[in-house]
Amino acid sequence: MSASSIFIILVSSILVNNFVLSRFLGICPFLGVSKQVETAFGMGMAVTFVMALASLMTYMVQHFILIPLELEYLQTIAFILVIASLVQLVEMIIQKSSPTLYSSLGVFLPLITTNCAVLGLAILNIQMELTMIEALIHGIGAAVGFTLAIVLFAAIREKLEYYNVPEPFKGFPIALIIASFMSLAFLGFTGLV
Amino acid sequence: MKLKELVYKGIVTENPVFIQLLGMCPVLAVTNTAENALGMGAATAAVLIGSNFVISLLRKFIPSKIRIPAFVVVIATFVTIVGMVMKAYLPALDAALGLFIPLIVVNCLILARAEAFASKNSVLKSVVDGVGMGLGFTIALVVLGAVRELLGAGTIFGATMTWSSFEPAGVMGLPPGAFLALGMLLALYNKIASMKLKKQ
Repeated sequence: MSASSIFIILVSSILVNNFVLSRFLGICPFLGVSKQVETAFGMGMAVTFVMALASLMTYMVQHFILIPLELEYLQTIAFILVIASLVQLVEMIIQKSSPTLYSSLGVFLPLITTNCAVLGLAILNIQMELTMIEALIHGIGAAVGFTLAIVLFAAIREKLEYYNVPEPFKGFPIALIIASFMSLAFLGFTGLV
Repeated sequence: MKLKELVYKGIVTENPVFIQLLGMCPVLAVTNTAENALGMGAATAAVLIGSNFVISLLRKFIPSKIRIPAFVVVIATFVTIVGMVMKAYLPALDAALGLFIPLIVVNCLILARAEAFASKNSVLKSVVDGVGMGLGFTIALVVLGAVRELLGAGTIFGATMTWSSFEPAGVMGLPPGAFLALGMLLALYNKIASMKLKKQ
């Protein structure tokens, strides 16, 4: 596995196929936890942590348990259980080892179980037939892409507070229209790799 | 609460997409055509009705501490069944929806109905609630899909709807169009709701 292929996976998952803006994965936290840059960044960090671990765990479950036992049809159930228990485990470890990190990430951790970006990543890793290292890099890239999108979005929404938005557009409608422009900008990365 | 009211609530007053903004990933991702939107809505509704039925049947046996993992297993089972049925009988639709069929598991709408309704109500009421919410979700998806397909390709359900000199805006079928169309529809919904309120 060469450095250039690592680079291609990273660029493709952060910019070209950005999880939020072009694959539509993780829209719930993207819209829900993006009112302030600080919380958006916290969410991004928590997701990065879980996604990197989930890439490895689901790869192992798929290749060492499901395929040898010919149970591939149980993929969805197996993966969601792995992710749910992984999130629980990460929460317990952080709580014990680093209370400061826990107090900043704590509220976001349970939300990650139902973040479709994590399950989506696990299934994509299998569909794209990545190796274990590639899956890990794809997971980190996807999470960095998610963090980039949510932090930029939160920064714009913070500024939006000062503007006089027409009544029917207040709240989610204007947020979605901003997301549309961001997505349009990210569309410009098409063809980069 | 009457059963009719439950259905009305799911479609209009508590519409999962326009009011509650639940399960937004598939709403944005697979509404590039009305047909895909209908398929996704139907698949989600089927899972929702099934999971509401089983969860309300088991509501007295599931310990409250592990209820969320238990709900998720029930939902995942139905998603697997729906996914297999679609692969067998509707392979083209299954290919178009792709990743978003297994991702019905993490659609917050389904878990929200399990937690907020099915775990507290009778079997009949829960199934009716599933039908109402499922219909509300499907209608919202098809409306969004039809708008995007009309503007993006000039067709609805594949039938040409526009005059010959109409220039379709291809971007409506791409990701930015999804955000834009949903934002505009939500603003329209707010406008109509506030006008109704003023009349009263």
